[in-house]
Amino acid sequence: MGLFDYFRKPEKSSANLAKERLQVIVAHQRRDNADGPDYLPQLQRELLYVIRKYVEVDDDAVNVQLEKDGNVEVLELNVTLPDRKPEALDAD
Amino acid sequence: MAKIIVITSGKGGVGKTTTSAAFGTGLALKGHKTVLIDFDVGLRNLDLIMGCERRVVYDFINVIQGEATVQQALIKDKRVENLFILAASQTRDKDALNQEGVGRVLEQLAKDFEYIICDSPAGIEKGAHLAMYYADEAMVVTNPEVSSVRDSDRVLGILASKTKRAEENKEPIKERLILSRYSPDRVARGEMLSVEDVQEILSIDLLGVIPESQAVLNASNSGEPVILHEDSEAGQAYRDLVDRYLGVDVPHRFVDPKKPGFFSRLFGGN
Ligand SMILES: Nc1ncnc2c1ncn2[C@@H]1O[C@H](COP(=O)(O)OP(=O)(O)O)[C@@H](O)[C@H]1O
Ligand SMILES: [Mg+2]
Repeated sequence: MGLFDYFRKPEKSSANLAKERLQVIVAHQRRDNADGPDYLPQLQRELLYVIRKYVEVDDDAVNVQLEKDGNVEVLELNVTLPDRKPEALDAD
Repeated sequence: MAKIIVITSGKGGVGKTTTSAAFGTGLALKGHKTVLIDFDVGLRNLDLIMGCERRVVYDFINVIQGEATVQQALIKDKRVENLFILAASQTRDKDALNQEGVGRVLEQLAKDFEYIICDSPAGIEKGAHLAMYYADEAMVVTNPEVSSVRDSDRVLGILASKTKRAEENKEPIKERLILSRYSPDRVARGEMLSVEDVQEILSIDLLGVIPESQAVLNASNSGEPVILHEDSEAGQAYRDLVDRYLGVDVPHRFVDPKKPGFFSRLFGGN
């Protein structure tokens, strides 16, 4: 970094952009990888697909987790809906 | 006790084979009896990088299928004491490698060698999986580039879940990062992910940084592991890496742009 760099527009370098993208990608990947059974990521994708038939949601709106509590396994499903109430919900 | 070390990455062309050859040769140069195994069935190239392609008679698959003994298949390096190569086969039969067979051969080699270096094929299919399955340690070779880092992260997930140590709830595989094909100048210009960026994202120990270097191509042209090219930056970086692996505290070289003069530093020229 030279002196003049400090006066440059604080424009993001391509390396910075790469890093930010990777942070998101890796966070997703690790969630997919987390101990749960192999079918979880696929289940999550298919749920997202189904939900999107009715509501426009973000890529990461669906979160599926398997919780173990003693002998009981609970499949926890979290769907984050967008802020505004989508009309699609009223249909059908 | 032999240590089984897998050189892995997910992505192809990042420098696994280059690293396997250099690292294994480096360990042997330090007096450790080392064998290099090529797991890239059908696309073998460790023998080319080591310059022993014309001496392959029997390969890994022949040994697994009982058509040759381990002793018959091991190729002794002509330059370095204590160094042996077990070539991959050129067969196209993907099922030729199997978990039980690989385990048997590794067990046998473990009696004779200090280090067993497994050069993984790219991908996360059978060959890559078997290369890492029995590992005690993993070197994850990564390039400072988005797709390579993502693949490395995937591989870390697999190392932690689909290997023998993971399945048997043993102490996890020791994972180390080798950042290869690094260009300090491009990092300084903000065009390439830095060592710190990659380390932060993958959060595993850094074993070494290997600079992008023409010497690697020259070495492969002549069938010599680049670590034998002592005057090259890549060769020196691999020597440092081996020392560091063996517990010597060596600072990382070749991570900063080449000696910028006072003025170019002041005025941000490059
Ligand atoms: N540090 C380096 N500098 C320049 N080229 C390199 C470096 N490391 C590897 N290469 C080149 O990259 C290509 C792929 O290397 P290789 O070791 O075969 O990768 P992999 O086994 O991961 O597929 C080869 O052409 C090799 O010469
Ligand atoms: Mg290779």
